[in-house]
Amino acid sequence: MSMVFAPCLTETTAPTTHAQPAWSPYDNNGGTCVAIAGEDYCVIAADTRMSTGFSILIRNYSKIHQITEKSVLASSGFQADIRALQKNLDARHQIYQHQHNKQMSCPAMAQLLSNTLYYKRFFPYYAFNVLGGLDNEGRGCVYSYDAVGSYERSGYSSQGTGMQLIMPVLDNQLKSASPLVLPLQKSTTPLSEFEAVDLVKDTFASAAERDIYTGDAVEIVIINREGVRRELMDLKRD
Amino acid sequence: MRWEEEGMKQNAFIMGNKLMGSNPHAFSLIMPSIPITHTQTPYVTGTSVLGIKYKDGVLIAADTAGSYGSTTRYKSVERLRPIGQNTLVGATGEMSDFQTILQILDRLIITNAMFDDDNTLGPPDIHSYLNRVMYNQRNKLDPFWNTLMLGGVKNGVKYLGNVTMLGLHYVDDHVATGFGIHLAQPIFRNEWNEDMTLEQGTKLLEKCMLVLFYRDRSAINKMQIANITEDGVKISEPYALQTKWDYEAFSNPTVGNEGSW
Repeated sequence: MSMVFAPCLTETTAPTTHAQPAWSPYDNNGGTCVAIAGEDYCVIAADTRMSTGFSILIRNYSKIHQITEKSVLASSGFQADIRALQKNLDARHQIYQHQHNKQMSCPAMAQLLSNTLYYKRFFPYYAFNVLGGLDNEGRGCVYSYDAVGSYERSGYSSQGTGMQLIMPVLDNQLKSASPLVLPLQKSTTPLSEFEAVDLVKDTFASAAERDIYTGDAVEIVIINREGVRRELMDLKRD
Repeated sequence: MRWEEEGMKQNAFIMGNKLMGSNPHAFSLIMPSIPITHTQTPYVTGTSVLGIKYKDGVLIAADTAGSYGSTTRYKSVERLRPIGQNTLVGATGEMSDFQTILQILDRLIITNAMFDDDNTLGPPDIHSYLNRVMYNQRNKLDPFWNTLMLGGVKNGVKYLGNVTMLGLHYVDDHVATGFGIHLAQPIFRNEWNEDMTLEQGTKLLEKCMLVLFYRDRSAINKMQIANITEDGVKISEPYALQTKWDYEAFSNPTVGNEGSW
């Protein structure tokens, strides 16, 4: 990299140019996340593969992070940014608990996540998030984000490298009311918790067939009024 | 006096800017401005580092080459260094950045020791700290051009993990950096098991180092193995592996198949 100090005899109006960047501060470590909201439960699932380029780094990395009692964040994208984002939200939640003597509700955490992402609008967290949990009435809620914080509450969502393989299957199988129909109906799925978990397992098995970044295992977290429980199902390791 | 000097320098810089525009690379007649120095390419680099957990601890291996592009410029670079009592760091990538990181870790260990409260930093702590260092440098768009391997044992808990120059980090029972990801990690996945003895672990690492020497252009046949157990960190003297080049196929490679390579 040579720096030329040329004596400038005339006024220069050339703008500062940056050399072609030889590296990118981002990497995509792959993976897929799904969340489904039910009447009184929420299912959040993500595969456990961490990749870089065409290599698999590890097969047992959890993309799911429980931030509060009632909200669980699943993120795919660039792992370093995701981990920094999770720690950021944890710290903010701790402060909230000190100030309000209670945990944040899921809708409140949803807004905080959006604000946190937009705060880095001009050097984004490369994280594709799905936030799932129970709202203040105990009904399942799912919030889905882009990398800079645009978000929407819906009945179900998927993000990540396998998103386009999974989303149509969820549209077809969950029997949720369409968000386009008026009057607006609640978007939680009428399926039972068991049926929803079963569907999640099927969709991940299908995504793992065709998406090279999805596989190894799928970690499924279910929140309902009894609490939080985890399931782990193996997927193809190729 | 010093603040006056600073003020004068700032005035000079502003005047220089007004005359020359805001190009920081333009030559200022009044005072040269400092060019932006962000690492974009590495110069002296180390190649793969391999690590595995075994029954009594962690084994980490690396060769002692410092390449300067396609030249093997330095042949006695120690790429494995102990940190504190329980941890070892191995580095791939730009060696000058590794030396800076060692200084940073030195400061960390000394500051921690000065608390004088019998608390020592273990492998997970160093891993977390290094992760923050690497991620923060990346956030300034000026990365330390290294992939670092962390291994150690503390209070009976074995630990092994990696941190890349982007702040990507993970732990596993066996890890590799650089070319090792492509050539050694598959062998680990096939042949590693939890109860390997020191001999078995060493053999496995040597097998992978040999593959890397055969196939990685920047590797040399002079390596060190570090053994970290509850008792501490022991890094071997550099040694060479037995190689085999007298395969029949090498002596007359195109027999029966002239014209191909």
